[in-house]
Amino acid sequence: MLVRLEQRLEASKRMVYLSPLVAVFLTILTAMLMFGVLGVDPVKAIETFFIEPVSTVDGVAELLLKATPLVLIGVGLSLGFQANVWNIGAEGQLIIGALAGGGLALAFYDHSSILLVPGMLFFGIAGGMAWAAIPAWLKTRFNTNEILTSLMLTYVGLLVLGYLVHGPWKDPDGMNFPESRLFHDSALLPILIDETRLNIGWLIALLVVVAGWILISRHIIGFQIKVIGMAPLAGAFAGFKEKKLIWVTLVISGGCAGLAGVIELSGAIGQIVPSISPGYGFTAIIVAFLGRLHPVGVLFAGLLMALTYLGGDSAQITMNLPNAVTGVFQGMLLFFLLASDVLITYRIRFGLSKTRMKAGE
Amino acid sequence: MSDTPRLELVGINKVYPGVVANKNVSLRIMPGEIHALLGENGAGKSTLVKFIYGVQTSDSGRMLWEGEEVCLSNPNAARKIGIAMVFQHFSLFEAMTVEENISLGISPELTKGDLSDRIRSISAQYGLPLDPNRHVHTLSVGERQRIEVVRCLLQDPTLLIMDEPTSVLTPQEAEELFKTLRRLSDEGVSILYISHKLEEIKVLCHTATIMRMGEVVSNCIPSNETPRSMAEMMMGENLMSPQRPDRQTDGTTRLQVRNLTAASTHQHGTALHDICIQVRAGEIVGIAGIAGNGQRELMEILTGEVLAPEANKISIDGTQIGRLDPVQRRRIGLGLVPEERLGHGAVSEMSLWENGLLSGATRMNLIKNGFIGVAESSEFAQEVVEEFRVKTPGVNHTAKSLSGGNLQKFIVGREIVQKPGVIVVLQPTWGVDAGSAAAIRQSLIDMAAAGTAVLVISQDLEELFQISDRIAVICRGRLSEARAAENVTPEEVGLLMAGVELDGDNTGAG
Repeated sequence: MLVRLEQRLEASKRMVYLSPLVAVFLTILTAMLMFGVLGVDPVKAIETFFIEPVSTVDGVAELLLKATPLVLIGVGLSLGFQANVWNIGAEGQLIIGALAGGGLALAFYDHSSILLVPGMLFFGIAGGMAWAAIPAWLKTRFNTNEILTSLMLTYVGLLVLGYLVHGPWKDPDGMNFPESRLFHDSALLPILIDETRLNIGWLIALLVVVAGWILISRHIIGFQIKVIGMAPLAGAFAGFKEKKLIWVTLVISGGCAGLAGVIELSGAIGQIVPSISPGYGFTAIIVAFLGRLHPVGVLFAGLLMALTYLGGDSAQITMNLPNAVTGVFQGMLLFFLLASDVLITYRIRFGLSKTRMKAGE
Repeated sequence: MSDTPRLELVGINKVYPGVVANKNVSLRIMPGEIHALLGENGAGKSTLVKFIYGVQTSDSGRMLWEGEEVCLSNPNAARKIGIAMVFQHFSLFEAMTVEENISLGISPELTKGDLSDRIRSISAQYGLPLDPNRHVHTLSVGERQRIEVVRCLLQDPTLLIMDEPTSVLTPQEAEELFKTLRRLSDEGVSILYISHKLEEIKVLCHTATIMRMGEVVSNCIPSNETPRSMAEMMMGENLMSPQRPDRQTDGTTRLQVRNLTAASTHQHGTALHDICIQVRAGEIVGIAGIAGNGQRELMEILTGEVLAPEANKISIDGTQIGRLDPVQRRRIGLGLVPEERLGHGAVSEMSLWENGLLSGATRMNLIKNGFIGVAESSEFAQEVVEEFRVKTPGVNHTAKSLSGGNLQKFIVGREIVQKPGVIVVLQPTWGVDAGSAAAIRQSLIDMAAAGTAVLVISQDLEELFQISDRIAVICRGRLSEARAAENVTPEEVGLLMAGVELDGDNTGAG
């Protein structure tokens, strides 16, 4: 029996939502196979990876904490990706946003004010936007490729961070460790559940999801983003300005990344350290695609991806598996997602086609 | 000549998901015969030709070549037994010479020896003047077609397939092509000629097979038929000719273009030189021309996708719009229909109501405080669908799911429902079935009668003469003076299209 792919007349709406589930299923299946080959009990490994981390309140809180930056950045990136604006430098925008917000916290390290946290969030957003504005300006002015410029600016951002924590912002009483002072309590985000690290950053992420959803489905800007992404000429015909949309999508995604950075800093970390993010800005690219470039999809994808981080940790601790397992899971997820996406525009048919049968006679 | 048909098809069937493209199609072409394949868009002509040329397999059915059954798995196999094809869209590299282009498209054995000598001798033998050393981007569309024809003839074909060859030619160029085809036919080459231009089929073709909805509905001798009778066989119903009221050309000027000169924004594009035209209320002005003579550039500058050098170059009802963007122009009263349906006039993956929003947002007030009025947009799209009889299950379906004719009715209707003061239409019925084309032409005429100024840019002369009050010709970026349609003949327009200057005193209204 042969398996054929047959093109569908219209893209299947159902498969758009089913394909991520198929991808998750195939990932788990392959992972079990892999664990089996490695001589590890597959069922126990999957349990350790996916169930154990979220079996306690603290575990769930950690999951949401990890998901917060992924969802925030993912929503921002998905807007740009729909308009074919490829911001690959969210990691850098996250760092600069965190530095802008963290800088404000350090400037008032011995002051107590309820305005400090809102001010930090504002500075964080502004910092991320400013960093993303550079590729936007270069692209609209000189037609440079934003993939390259935004990515390269990530490394510039990392160097700025390194300079600050090793130099001017180093804690004077920190025994020469490359870390800033600890933030004042009033510079830390309010905690949602006692005894955990979960803070209001998660609620902000949910708000951004809703705002992103409304923007893309009901606002004229969202409509313009979709039209420019699918048919640039139709956008020109309608009078939409491509340059304006490049600016809008880059600045929004930069702002989201900056917000994620400052939330990570003042929620989970509490001081400026040499590594603020374990690559949230890059993982969020997978999150955006796994979530079908839709804000609600990004929410679920962010949770799933956060789980792979936690699962990797717990597999490392309880089963002595290498940390690379996390990367393997994330890679397999993206791989199977792209593969299952074929089913959106094609369907699988079993059996021989008539012409083939004839040719085979 | 022998009685064995060169090509015989028996009971060809081909089913695509959801569509029966060919149903029990049989066809027979004798040596030296010029055989027309007629049918509306979607009748299954292309599927059948793709099968003959080995591009696609059929689900069932037999193909006999010189009486023997063959099974062609790819175009190379087709070329090997003597089938050659000239496609509607050329595949030529603009930056290369004629000879280089030809050598790229033929089998390597044929490129040995002096190719340019053989090109010269074939082009002389069949009346296809062509210089092997010219670069393609310097050639006219007619000359480019000759490259494709010569490329085919170098392979000594015994069956030549031509897909809509005259859609890009002036009447004079078409006549030259016919001479070549007749000569080939005299030499015993069979020709399968696909076209929807019934006049030329009547004068050129010996026999015709007419297809409708995937089936052969009729065979006829074109010289015994009238274009109208063949059109009715194609459509399976009586053809409605557009009805027009008396001309009213004394209205006030609504669209005025003054001395517009602009460089092209495209590579190998055509710059516009000193374009002047005015369209009055109640009148349809047609602009004829061969593709690539500045139509695209003129359209872009009229839509606002490209801005004019100065505001006063274009005005609508006295307002200078040369420097305004498309949204502002629509607000002032400009309606626009671009040439490409999918990807320019409409977003294929988007629903009809979203495509309505695309151009109707401004004039129909579909946006409230930056938010989309979904109900209003759907109502607007529904109104277009009903008023213009667009066949669709509903406005939530994608533009892609509509047939070409139905989508074009939607795109034209979308502009008309907005009641623009001036409408500019590029290729209103390009690739549209005859029924839809008649409906679209009628709606343009009705619109003019209601006081709108209509500017139609088209390569279809028949269409322009059917609906226009005045006709101008664009050639190499220059626009001729618009003349009253009744005072100019298609032949004169054809000469202007080819770039021949006419003496105004002899051929004008005087």
